[in-house]
Amino acid sequence: MDPRLFIRSVLLVAEKNMRIYYYKGAVVIFGLLFPFLMFLTFFIGRNLNLVLFFPAFLGMMLFFSSSSTGPLITPWEKREKTYERLLSLPVTLESIILGDILAGALFGIVITTIVWSAGTLLLHLPLAHPLLLAVTLILGGFTFAALGTLLSSPAMSNPSNVMMVSNLIRLPLIFVSGIFIPLSQLGSWAWTNEMSPLTYLVDLFNGAITNNAVYSPVMDIFVLVLVIVAFVAAAKLIQQYNLSKGI
Amino acid sequence: MDIIEADNLSKSFGSFKAVHDASIAVKEGEIFGFLGPNGAGKTTIIRMLTGVLTPDAGSAHICGIDIGRHPLEAKLKMGIIPENGTVYSDLTAEQNILWTAKFYGMDSISRKKRAEEILAILGLTERRNDIVRTFSKGMRQRISIACAIVPSPPVLFLDEPTGGLDVFSRRLVLDTIRRMNKEGSTIFLTTHNIEEANELCTVISVIDKGRIVATGSPERLKKTFDTAKYVEIAFDQPVKKEWLETGGAFRVENHGDKWRLYTDDPDPAVKFLAALAEREHLKIISVATSSPTLEEAFVHLTGGA
Repeated sequence: MDPRLFIRSVLLVAEKNMRIYYYKGAVVIFGLLFPFLMFLTFFIGRNLNLVLFFPAFLGMMLFFSSSSTGPLITPWEKREKTYERLLSLPVTLESIILGDILAGALFGIVITTIVWSAGTLLLHLPLAHPLLLAVTLILGGFTFAALGTLLSSPAMSNPSNVMMVSNLIRLPLIFVSGIFIPLSQLGSWAWTNEMSPLTYLVDLFNGAITNNAVYSPVMDIFVLVLVIVAFVAAAKLIQQYNLSKGI
Repeated sequence: MDIIEADNLSKSFGSFKAVHDASIAVKEGEIFGFLGPNGAGKTTIIRMLTGVLTPDAGSAHICGIDIGRHPLEAKLKMGIIPENGTVYSDLTAEQNILWTAKFYGMDSISRKKRAEEILAILGLTERRNDIVRTFSKGMRQRISIACAIVPSPPVLFLDEPTGGLDVFSRRLVLDTIRRMNKEGSTIFLTTHNIEEANELCTVISVIDKGRIVATGSPERLKKTFDTAKYVEIAFDQPVKKEWLETGGAFRVENHGDKWRLYTDDPDPAVKFLAALAEREHLKIISVATSSPTLEEAFVHLTGGA
């Protein structure tokens, strides 16, 4: 396979997603408003250190914004009957999956970068490791965009069903990932966090912004890369199975 | 040269065998019709030929490129109008065409020029900047065709391209298919519309229950299943069936106000009917001889499905 053709198809799938799906109401609600309001609910009226919690907030923003649209794209396309057209173009299943992930990751990275910039300007937040912050944004964006694409893979053509399943999986993650309770203060409950990929993203943000990470950045990065590979492989297997069954 | 080749394609969905050992060879420049009743396996085969579906067994080549091994390269050689596939309704007509053209590596100037040309051919120039969601079914289908032909592909796959269209849109679609064929595209068309297949295709394959049961030109298909002809006649007054049965026809049928006499040779039958009219003082309103139609061949080949 010509790699240039493959890259072109990935970019064009991502372009289509950015044009069509990132303006939908569900994306704005679940990708932007939801994490923002959730954090405000937790933060307002409590005497908490915003600098300490801001990396976790960024983690939550990146998590929600990157994974908000991915679960909906394939079901939307199946319902609108554009999925078959997409498959008939010069694309492969891999390029569709990677294009979906790329669009989700870019959306999450841009939104979270805006939130980080605003937070830094308004709250005079520190920045311990700029390069690590860039790596965190990119890696986090791709990890949770891959989760979004994985969630879109089962053969569902009703977006509201997908959203229900998606939230059933995504919401518990934010409670076991050191967002509302810093990882350093979890003590004997720390094992629950280790199961969630979001934990490693929040830890990376903590390390990059306040130099207050629990794990080493190498370990966080390693886990996230592993998770991306696992999510992409699982999404491909499920979608390939669905295609072989004609669904 | 065979521009589309399928060797022993098979596909099952669970215990249901959708396609069984289908082999197809389409020559460059042909308009190849794939005819079969609903559920016969037409769409499954076209999906396997276009790389949308992986066959359980067999292989397919487009312009000599194995679609299973080199899907991107093979897909660059084809334009496809999927049966259920519509265009993106949140994009404008032109955006759909331009975005599709990018997959084929067309540069910006050629994309715009080609899009303008196609929009004009399909009568959509004035609606080019409108969101497709506001289009009628016929207009959406025209955009679907525009996307398929934008790269001027060597092979064009059309899965039921005129299904549910009004007369104007149908004619426009058929004219576009002919135009693309004249410009060098080989056409692979699935349909259950026999008239359409008869009108357009140079070669037809008939598929039934997942198996290809016949392949040939429309005329050859009509001849292979039956050599019988019939004489159809209408009189100004009712006639008795027994009168007609004495004329040597091996079967006599009543069709409304007409009688149909099946015979191997229509000449004596026509002479007999003229004599009968003379004898019984009947006036002949109409008389015609006819060969089997493609529809009759199709019904025969598919067991009346």
